[in-house]
Amino acid sequence: MNTKTFKIGFSKLSKIKFLESIDFFRRSESDNGSNVSLASFQVMVEKEITDHIRNWRFIILFTIIALACLGTLFSTLSDSAKTLAENNSESTFFFLNLFTKSDGTLPSFFVFVGFLGPLFGISLGFDAISSEQNKGTLSRIMAQPIPRDYIINAKFLAGIIVISVMLFTLSFLVLGAGLVALGIPPTAEEFMRIIIYTVLSIVYVSFWLNLSIMFSIRFKQPATSALLGLAVWLFFTIFYPLIVNVIIKGFEPSKFASQSKIFIYQKLKFYLVQIMPNELFNEITSALLVPSVRSLGPLTMEQMHGAIPSTLSIGQSLLLVWPQVTGLLALTLLCFLFSYVIFMKREIRSRG
Amino acid sequence: METCIEVSGLTKKYGTHLAVDDLTLSIGKGEIFGLLGPNGAGKSTTILMLLGLTEVDSGEVKVCGIDATRNPLEVKSKVGYLPEDVGFYNDYSGFQNLMYIARLNNIPIKKAQKNALGILEEVGLLDAKDKKVGSYSRGMRQRLGLADVLIKEPEVIILDEPTLGLDPEGVRKFLQLIVRLSRKKGITVLFSSHHLHQIQQVCDRVGIFVKGKLLAEGKISDLAEQLFTKNTFTTQVGITNNKTSLNDNLKDLTKKINQIESVAKVTLNNNCFSIESKQDVSDELSKLIVNSGYGLSYLTKKGYGLDDIYHQYFQEEKAI
Repeated sequence: MNTKTFKIGFSKLSKIKFLESIDFFRRSESDNGSNVSLASFQVMVEKEITDHIRNWRFIILFTIIALACLGTLFSTLSDSAKTLAENNSESTFFFLNLFTKSDGTLPSFFVFVGFLGPLFGISLGFDAISSEQNKGTLSRIMAQPIPRDYIINAKFLAGIIVISVMLFTLSFLVLGAGLVALGIPPTAEEFMRIIIYTVLSIVYVSFWLNLSIMFSIRFKQPATSALLGLAVWLFFTIFYPLIVNVIIKGFEPSKFASQSKIFIYQKLKFYLVQIMPNELFNEITSALLVPSVRSLGPLTMEQMHGAIPSTLSIGQSLLLVWPQVTGLLALTLLCFLFSYVIFMKREIRSRG
Repeated sequence: METCIEVSGLTKKYGTHLAVDDLTLSIGKGEIFGLLGPNGAGKSTTILMLLGLTEVDSGEVKVCGIDATRNPLEVKSKVGYLPEDVGFYNDYSGFQNLMYIARLNNIPIKKAQKNALGILEEVGLLDAKDKKVGSYSRGMRQRLGLADVLIKEPEVIILDEPTLGLDPEGVRKFLQLIVRLSRKKGITVLFSSHHLHQIQQVCDRVGIFVKGKLLAEGKISDLAEQLFTKNTFTTQVGITNNKTSLNDNLKDLTKKINQIESVAKVTLNNNCFSIESKQDVSDELSKLIVNSGYGLSYLTKKGYGLDDIYHQYFQEEKAI
C-alpha cells in the first residue's frame, strides 16, 4: 500500500517537474537555436528516477523506513490519550508530538528519519558514476551531444526528487494518519512547521547523497565508495562525539569556576559539534518540531532574565536554526562542487 | 574529394609519456579509413580527441568543418562513436537502449521509434528488440552498438576496435554490415583495429600508427610500394631430389639462383628456397631448377599484404 501511495505521489510530482522543464526547454530553444537543450536533460532525469524506483535497493530501504515510521506512528497513536493528558499545557502543538514523541518502545519519527536518512542518501548515490563507468555506458553517453555536467546534474536531481517524494510521502502519511485517528486537524502553524521540517530533511539527506556521489566519482569500485560513505556517517554519529568528549574533558572547569569560564566551556562544547551534519540536523529538528525550544546553544542567566516561558512563533524558530540551515546547505554544495570539479576534469575511457 | 576529418599537428601528452605525437591526417567524405596499430599506440586517444572527449595539448582537429576542441557538442551530434567494449543498460531492452540514445539526441519520440525499428532490422536484431540486453550475446551487443551509433543519423562513424571478441563468422558479418551501411548512406567511417586482415578487407585507406606517430598512410597497395622499395617479391620454392642428395649440388643451385637478375637474397632451408627479388623471377627460377635436374614440388609467389607491412613496422619499432 505504501508503494502505491508513493507511486501516485511520484507521478504527480514528476508531471509538475516535467511540465516546468518542458516550458523551460521551449524558452531556451527560442533563445538560441543550438541543439543543446534541456530536453535531453529531462530524458536523463526521467531515466535516473525510473532506475531508482525499479532498483531493489531503493524498494527495500523505502520499505524499511516506511515500516519504521508507521510502527512509531501506531505506538504513538495507541496511547495518544495519555500523551494528550500529560502535555495538556502544550496541547496546542499536539500534531508535532506525533513526530517527536513516542511511548518508549520505538524511537520517534524524527529519530528514524535522522538515522535512516543518511543511509538512504548514501545508498542512492554510492555507485552513481562508478557503475556507469564499469558497465561501459558512461563513454557511450558521453559520445552523445550533451554537456558533460548533465550527467552528474541529472544523477543529483533525480536523487533529490526521489528523496523528496519519499520524505513528503512519509510526512503526509503520518499527518494523515494522525488526522484520521484523532479527528483534530493540525493548525496552520503546525502544518507549516512540518513542511519546513520535511524540506530541511530533504536538504540533509541530499547532503549524504552528494557525498556518496562524490565518492562514486572518485573511486572506481562501488564497494569502496559505499564503505567510505558509511565510514563518514559512522564517524560523525559515533566517533566524533567521543573525540569531542575527550577534548572537552581537558577543558572542564572546576565546580567553583567563575560563570564566564563555565560559559566559555559550554560555548566550546557547543561549537565543536557544529561541524557534524547530523548534529546540525538534530538542532534544526528540535527547534522546528518543539516550539518551546528557545535556544540551541548555552544561555547565560542574564539572557534568560525576563523571558516569558512560552513557545516561539514559527518565524522565530526559523531564525533560531538559520545558521544551522546555512551550514547544512554549505556542506551539501561543497560536496557537489568537489564532485563537479573532479568529474569535469576527468578523461573518460571505456571501462577504465 | 571533400575532406571530412582533418587533423593537423595533433599532440597529446600524459605526464612525460607522449601518447599522440604531431599527428596530421585527413579523411575524405564517404571513405572507410582504417587506423591500424598495436595496443597502446594512441589510437583510442586520437579518437577521444576527435570527439572532444579529452583535451588536446596542441594541434587542431576539425570534423565536418567544426573544431572539435571548441564545439564538441556539435561534433558529437554529427559523429557516432562506438567505444571499445561498449556497455549497455542491461535491465533495459535493446529497443529501450536505442530509444534512450535517440532521445538524448533530441530526436522526436515518434521519429525515433520508426528509426530505431528500421535500424534494428538492418543490423538483424528486430527479433530480439524486446529482450533485455543482459541476455544478448557478444555479437548481438556489438550489432546493437552499431545500431546505437546509426540512430542519430551521423555523417561520420568512429568504431574503436569493434570486432574485439567476436568469432570469425561474426567478424565477417559485422564488417560486411559496416561496408554495406557506409556505402548505402555515404557515411565516413574511421575504423580502428589491430587486426590487419579485417582492415584489409574493408578499408579504402589505411594509416599505420605506432607509438603515437602515423608511420605510413595510403592505400594498401601504395603502402607496400612505399615500404618495400628494395625487394618487393618473395618466392618460395620447394624442390624434390630424386638423385643421391649432395649438398654441393644444392650449393651450386643456390649460386645459380643468386645469379639470376634482380635476385637479392636466397635462403635455403630443408629443400625449400626462399628468394627475395625486385621483380617476379618465378619463370627463370622454375626453368633453372628443372634444368638442374631437380623436381619442382611447389612454387609460391608472395605479394605483400598488410601483414608484412605490419611486421616490417614492428621490426623498425624494435630497432628504434
